[in-house]
Amino acid sequence: MPPAETETVTATGRSAARELLGRWEVLVAGLLLATLIVGQSLSSEFLTADSFTTASLDLSEVALIALALALVVVAAEIDLSVASVLALSSAVMAALWNAGLPIELIMPICIGVGALCGAFNGFLVAHLGLPSLAVTIGTLALFRGLAYVVIGDSSVTDFPVAWTDRAFGNFAGTAIPNTMILFAVLAVAFGVLLHATPFGRSVFAIGANVEAARFSGLRVKRVKMWLFVMSGAVAALAGVVISLRNSTAAANVGQGFELVAVAAVVLGGVSIFGGKGSILGVVLALGLLGAIQKSLTLAEGISSYWVQIVIGTLLIGSVLGPNLVRRAREARGGSTTPRRGPWPSRRAATPNAPQH
Amino acid sequence: MSQLAEPQPGVAQDDAPILELRDAVKSYGAVRALRHGTIALRSGEVRALVGENGAGKSTLVKLLAGVIRRDGGEMLVDGEVVDFHAPPDARAAGIAVIYQEPTLFPDLSVAENVVMGRHPLKGGRRIDRRAMHDEVQDLLDRLGVRLDAERPVRGLSIADQQIVEIAKALSFEARVLIMDEPTAALSGPEVERLFGVVRALRDRGAAVLFISHRLEEVFEICSTVTVMRDGEVVFAGDTADLTTDELVRRMVGRELTALFPKLDSEVGPPVLRVERLTREGVFTDVSFEVRAGEIVALAGLVGAGRSEVARAIFGIDKPDAGAVHVGAKRLPAGRPLAAMRAGIGFVPEDRRQQGLVMDHSIQRNVTLTRLKALATFGLLRGVAERSLAAEWAKRLQLKYHRLDDPVAFLSGGNQQKVVLAKWLATDPKVLIVDEPTRGIDVGTKAEVHRLLSELAQKGLAVLMVSSELPEVLGMADRVLVMHEGRITGELSRAEADEESVMRAATGQVVVAA
Amino acid sequence: MSTPAESAVAPQAAIGSRSGERARRITEIAFRVRELGIVLALALLIVVTGILEPRFIGAGSLRNLALNAAIIAILAVGQTLVILTRNIDISVGSILGLSAFMAGSLLSNDPGLPIPLVIALGMGLGGACGLLNGVLVTFGRVPALVVTLGTLYIFRGLAFLWTDGRQVNAETLPDRFLNLGTDSLLGVPILVLFALVVVLVVGQCLRNLRFGREFYAIGSNPEAARLAGIRTDRRVNTAFVISGALAGLGGVLFTARFGTVDATAGTGYELTVVAAAVVGGVAIFGGSGSVYGAALGALLLGSITSALIVLRVDAFWQMAAIGALLVLAIAIDRFVSLRLEAALRQRSSRRATG
Repeated sequence: MPPAETETVTATGRSAARELLGRWEVLVAGLLLATLIVGQSLSSEFLTADSFTTASLDLSEVALIALALALVVVAAEIDLSVASVLALSSAVMAALWNAGLPIELIMPICIGVGALCGAFNGFLVAHLGLPSLAVTIGTLALFRGLAYVVIGDSSVTDFPVAWTDRAFGNFAGTAIPNTMILFAVLAVAFGVLLHATPFGRSVFAIGANVEAARFSGLRVKRVKMWLFVMSGAVAALAGVVISLRNSTAAANVGQGFELVAVAAVVLGGVSIFGGKGSILGVVLALGLLGAIQKSLTLAEGISSYWVQIVIGTLLIGSVLGPNLVRRAREARGGSTTPRRGPWPSRRAATPNAPQH
Repeated sequence: MSQLAEPQPGVAQDDAPILELRDAVKSYGAVRALRHGTIALRSGEVRALVGENGAGKSTLVKLLAGVIRRDGGEMLVDGEVVDFHAPPDARAAGIAVIYQEPTLFPDLSVAENVVMGRHPLKGGRRIDRRAMHDEVQDLLDRLGVRLDAERPVRGLSIADQQIVEIAKALSFEARVLIMDEPTAALSGPEVERLFGVVRALRDRGAAVLFISHRLEEVFEICSTVTVMRDGEVVFAGDTADLTTDELVRRMVGRELTALFPKLDSEVGPPVLRVERLTREGVFTDVSFEVRAGEIVALAGLVGAGRSEVARAIFGIDKPDAGAVHVGAKRLPAGRPLAAMRAGIGFVPEDRRQQGLVMDHSIQRNVTLTRLKALATFGLLRGVAERSLAAEWAKRLQLKYHRLDDPVAFLSGGNQQKVVLAKWLATDPKVLIVDEPTRGIDVGTKAEVHRLLSELAQKGLAVLMVSSELPEVLGMADRVLVMHEGRITGELSRAEADEESVMRAATGQVVVAA
Repeated sequence: MSTPAESAVAPQAAIGSRSGERARRITEIAFRVRELGIVLALALLIVVTGILEPRFIGAGSLRNLALNAAIIAILAVGQTLVILTRNIDISVGSILGLSAFMAGSLLSNDPGLPIPLVIALGMGLGGACGLLNGVLVTFGRVPALVVTLGTLYIFRGLAFLWTDGRQVNAETLPDRFLNLGTDSLLGVPILVLFALVVVLVVGQCLRNLRFGREFYAIGSNPEAARLAGIRTDRRVNTAFVISGALAGLGGVLFTARFGTVDATAGTGYELTVVAAAVVGGVAIFGGSGSVYGAALGALLLGSITSALIVLRVDAFWQMAAIGALLVLAIAIDRFVSLRLEAALRQRSSRRATG
């Protein structure tokens, strides 16, 4: 893994909270371990190679999306249009296949389309200074709509077997799906990018204090632009993967993936207000999500509908827990600092780069 | 201390203070912000509260306003012991605070800002808009200002926003008005208008506590003065009995000149040239040079456009016209990175918002300007990062526990050293420092001054924006004075004194340099 | 060291008044244009579509249009309250689903149940969900986006658990209930009457009650609101409770209109509802906007869908058109506010140098 372990960015001026946050990955890893143990006790099929393969296959696309999204959120922005970009990519793939293009050419085109979608978001957010939350809700509808415009409600299922096998199959006789290999490669790449390069350092600085970043000579607009382009390109890649994996390309794939991806990012310890988080945390959170999903589907006598409830509770708990601990500490320590509201500071936002 | 008469319990006196604070104590963690906070405000009195930055004035104000709670001592309103738990308690007791940056609702109308939470009602508990408008318009008219009660607050000047705050105070019949540096961002005529309002309030029996750094204003509007130093009230008396020099001596408690050890340095060729720089509505036709080895101060009142010029030079804001040269190179407008690469370093005015990423570590803040240089094949070298940060921490004698600690843990002075380190690490030719010693303790202040002086001696060109006159006079080789967006005076070290700088700063003379 | 006061005061006042009026005019226009803009866009859409396809302005068609927008408009009203306080509620679709299924199963088990009681129960359930959101945001200090994303899953998961794969069919529901979704009163569909009442009541409260104005104050400047003695936490809670209760009402009406309900009812509504509010001029960072705008936004979004159908534009364009409109609305808002700021800067420049 990338040197994410050294990532101990802190949120508050308190060493206690700092240590707690520094160990966020440890906490998620612990939860993952607990889920594995409980899952195995619920069903003997749980800790098997087969169950790992199916669980990780199901999560492939969300996992890919979450990696790039994590960087966007660290920079204090958000991209809710990712699932729609995925669908548009799938639709473009179907249309081009129908038009008779070779699949090897189609795939890069799809990723290019995704990058363009991201650039559109990036332009609106970074250069026009529009709030990314509102913009990407709009492009969520726009890109999904364009997907329908491209392919309608038809679908394409006759992709070459060589490629669908690649997307569905396992790596060199192991129980690890090829998509997970792709994910692992990207996770390392994004981990290095975020934690070990000047670009990644800029992302953290922009997310924590965009004004100070600008005053330090960082190119805020350019960095944000690239983040959205990456987010779009990775979402489009996920669109290619899901189309091949299911041997179906259509405009309605991946509905709601954006929210699962955001959930994974937040659960992974990335602050929704930006400035802190790690790729390792996101990877662990994805593992946790997959394990919960799989264990509850396998468990007899427990409805699989619990999956959503457990995920939702974890998501809220991941922010609520540390908050309550801190408040309890403050109450005991009789802190003198005035209570902070639930709002992000508006002063931190410059006119050109509003936060959400 | 004769002014702080002990009120006698049970005996109602005409001159009994409306509001009194006795021996209040307040600590933040280990820092004692206030040790002996004693002050009394009487009806019809305008009292000044003066002291250097960090003397404890704002802590005292926050106590009176109910924003924070004291650790010890007592507070009395009309001779009765009270305890404020939250700002509304202070308001209920008739105390209104007008902060330097007004706390208003930009999306709502002036009238609504004034009456928020206390709207006049008609049948069915509905808001009586007509009554609200009339009431507020009447208040504004009584204050003698032409301001439309129905317009939104968004877009009002700071001066007009303060008037809205005063109207708010009047609307709940505040008897004590605390004004925290209300004139800091006002132009001359706006200050006069504000003083007119303050006098009218005083004549109607209100008590006013006026906090200001501008001593001439203190003598103009205040009858009494309380001086604070190092968290203590060190003097209270009538302004009529004092001269400016005596007041300053009480504020600083030592001779001024010892503080600013500017060393003589050899002045080289011009490094920074600014030509006819203009930003519509902010500053106009600003031209000057800064030479190697020279410290040039940009003086003037707050709001004169000094910080804005500094921002434009560094490329934070895009000027509408004019040019900035570093050496022979002309900088592209609005590109901080280009300015940085050309050799400009910029220590901004607002350390917490602009200078530092407060949540990030000392190391990360220091290296933020050097990321490219610290990377090999695109990857950051952890060892190089650490040694760079450690080296600068040592050179600037930074007091810290670990380099991984967030800068938020450091004192104001040490935070400023981190900002300086991050810019000195870029090996700049020109260093722009905006209010370099604002809000930092006296010891570190002297260190910062010595550092700037040494840097200049080594050939750095320094442009220093400062509101503190002693700092300007002590440090600068040359003083440029701005007034309402223009340079109105250029004074050599020999020519510059309090009077000449202040004259230019208030726009009274234009010195052709 | 005093400045010549006598010369300064008089001209200053004159300048202040002139520029004050100018600024007022600019801002007034900008604020009116916002809601006027939606009305104009709506009128333009209906007229153009009507000319191209006269069937569109037939009574039946317009009625359908209003019916389609009604439920979204009700939810958008609640959403507006939440957004005004600088928060967001994306759990409304799930709350609607819960309440819709509850109403359906209650009435199919006991067709004799009084309808007002069902409505009250739906709103009560929604209100309780909203209270949970509110408490987590105010007491728990968890960002609203995270809280309501979490409860979006939780409430939907509960709906699935409850329904356990079943669905409520129209045949099992009493006619007097289903009539709510189809009948008219004085020519106005009952569903639309519900929406109108909600919009007007909340709109009037926001405008004319102290309580209502406090929502704007909180969103406009939370710190100032606290200093002004407004109980911000309580108000934010109220906003979430009302949003939840209205989503609950929307759920009951959803069942009445569509008859068939399963656990997926209202999936994806949250984004449409936020879109309606934003198109209607509610600032995503709080403090400004009105429920009338939000309701108009819902109507505009609904009308575009209907117009495209009537014009036989490929149905696949609908979603893209709505997305494009939303992006456009945000961009225009930004443009207008930038122009406004520029105008005010010019003003202060004249003042400083004049």
